[in-house]
Amino acid sequence: MTNEEIRSYIAKAIGENEVMLFMKGSPDAPACGFSMRTSGCLNALGVRYAALDILPDPRIRKELSAVSNWPTIPQLFVRGEFVGGCDIVTEMFESGELAELLGVEQPNEGIEERPVQKGPIGLENRLG
Amino acid sequence: MPTAEELKRRIEDALPGSQVAVEDLTGGGDHFRAEIVSDRFEGLSRIDQHKLVYGVFGDEVGGPIHALSIKTQTPGDGR
Repeated sequence: MTNEEIRSYIAKAIGENEVMLFMKGSPDAPACGFSMRTSGCLNALGVRYAALDILPDPRIRKELSAVSNWPTIPQLFVRGEFVGGCDIVTEMFESGELAELLGVEQPNEGIEERPVQKGPIGLENRLG
Repeated sequence: MPTAEELKRRIEDALPGSQVAVEDLTGGGDHFRAEIVSDRFEGLSRIDQHKLVYGVFGDEVGGPIHALSIKTQTPGDGR
């Protein structure tokens, strides 16, 4: 797979999924604490989202960062717009801004107390 | 290996007049947490505020600096 194909796949994932999370590992098995906290925010809000593991090929992260101009993982996109990484998403979750952005009710519970959503949208990872 | 003190100094040099606190989260010199109060953040979105801080370290973020957690505030935020 060429770098251009990877970049075009990333652009397609961002364009076609209303809530698109690039992370290390998966929502069921996050491979990094920051990815776990970010997917945990989305799980707590009960929204459906697509998640793509960037670990299978180092070029995914490189091309993603070129698209977003953001150096770290995770990265959350909503309706095609870059929202932020773990710190920003967590702040927005705590302030209720994330719930507002996603059009859902702010839950009373915190991040950890809700189980992982049943059946996140599985993106076939053809980038490995 | 970068130290919390070094990161703090570099942020202060890049953002004169800012108040910076940097913590080495693991003691291993690769996971840091930086809290920064600067008037340079005025009028910027949160994304652009964080990009300003990441920009101080360039390619080192994701490299030697494995993780840099950031909290930004302006002096007027008073949070």
